[in-house]
Amino acid sequence: MLYFDNAATTPMRPCALEAMLPFLSENFYNPSSVYGSARKVRAAIDDARGAVASAIGANPDEIFFTSGGTESNNHALKGLPAKHIITTAAEHHAVLYVCKHLEKLGCEVTYLPTDNEGTIRADDLAAAIRPDTSLVSIISANNEVGTISPIAKFSEITNQAGIPLHTDAVQMVGNVPLDVKKLGVQMLSLSAHKFGGPKGVGALYVKKGTPLFPLILGGAQERNRRAGTENVAGIIGMSAALSEAIAEIPTELPRITALRDELIKKILQIPHTCLNGARENRLPGNVNISFRFIEGESLLLHLDMQNCCASTGSACSSGALEPSHVLMALGLSHELANGALRFSLGAQNTSDDIENLMNILTPAVEKLRNLSPLYDDFLKTSEHRR
Amino acid sequence: MEYSEKVMEHFMNPRNVGELEGANGVGTVGNAQCGDIMRVFLKIENGVVADASFKTFGCGAAVATSSMATELVKGKTIAEVMEITNKAVTDALDGLPAVKKHCSVLAEEAVRSALWDYSQKSGVAIDGLEEPKEHAPHAH
Repeated sequence: MLYFDNAATTPMRPCALEAMLPFLSENFYNPSSVYGSARKVRAAIDDARGAVASAIGANPDEIFFTSGGTESNNHALKGLPAKHIITTAAEHHAVLYVCKHLEKLGCEVTYLPTDNEGTIRADDLAAAIRPDTSLVSIISANNEVGTISPIAKFSEITNQAGIPLHTDAVQMVGNVPLDVKKLGVQMLSLSAHKFGGPKGVGALYVKKGTPLFPLILGGAQERNRRAGTENVAGIIGMSAALSEAIAEIPTELPRITALRDELIKKILQIPHTCLNGARENRLPGNVNISFRFIEGESLLLHLDMQNCCASTGSACSSGALEPSHVLMALGLSHELANGALRFSLGAQNTSDDIENLMNILTPAVEKLRNLSPLYDDFLKTSEHRR
Repeated sequence: MEYSEKVMEHFMNPRNVGELEGANGVGTVGNAQCGDIMRVFLKIENGVVADASFKTFGCGAAVATSSMATELVKGKTIAEVMEITNKAVTDALDGLPAVKKHCSVLAEEAVRSALWDYSQKSGVAIDGLEEPKEHAPHAH
């Protein structure tokens, strides 16, 4: 199996599984109960909170455990009544669709455009701020094309205007060094299964003093900000995975970045391909390439038939193929957006994987181009003769 | 969404790929905005499809339906080809996921568009055949 879909999810780290197991068996107690066995579970959650906080430069009382990145984003956006929100056209759906929903409820939303690499211009942000702007939400690193946003630059603008800034850092945390104080944000979302933790658990960082109502109401868990008995094993697993991921960043960041650059270089040797997203300011594991004249799903199926996992930004639904909103925001044509594949590298990938991938990818591209009427038309045009 | 074994078999080993030498009916339908483009080539002799081929840009279902459609029309009379519907193509592939139904419609339209081209060039009138519609983005 060749796995190049680490931006979708990562294999769980053995240390995370090991840390979780006692909390799925003998340490089953409800951390809110008063007796000693339960207090031990409470203490384990407190330790986990401390570990997650220190991984991102926060204080433990600024970390709120959630069911994952989507809930964290929903909470940040719906946690206060909003008149005007500023976000971007290239957000994850867990922000974009929340904003669309809030628009139906009467909130106004400004969607900042991106340049052709997926970067938001600070000037555009500054110009979009209004007296009634209540929140700015900008993704830290794009999940499809990997472009990293200059969040610290944006927070200078929002902090000067006194507007809270939320960032969806799901693709960053555990892969790239990150410090909430240096970023200057008021809220940040993270998700455990993107760095070798379990699925169904994440966290929202909320800077002390930031007003925020709960999203889910009930018991007094998470200091009244997130009701519901804690996902104890998930929280413990997340903290174990994050601690290990952070410790490995000094060696893994350069290693995965080098693998990424090797893969980009090799794929771009296939004619009529182009890299989507920024070349430099890019997630260490993200490779997003458009293959001209072919459609992404058919290429993905070829890879799948040979046990190779990648993903496409385009999701063919409701009869018509909807190209990725991110690639469209970058200004790609429908053809190039429909022909894009994302390969996301992670801890388990090696240089051999890249060699093996290329041995599958190159002939698959050739085979599909031989099927393509667009390629035929291209070969007959003057563009080719030149 | 899962493809039948037959769809995957036709996708991985498509029949009748490529431009057809001596084709006297060629039809192209779809557009890149929809995500699918199909071009069907027919060689019609004495009212019978002597040979057929295709080129397709699109998803797995688009490739498989083109492959199957060209298989189905080979050796058939024009009247018989006119009877081949998108359902016949879908059935021959042991079904398609609901969201991919438009691919079989496109395959039927591609065959008819090639027949129209043949009819225009040869002057042979074909009963019940209508001029292919221009495909507006997201029309199907």
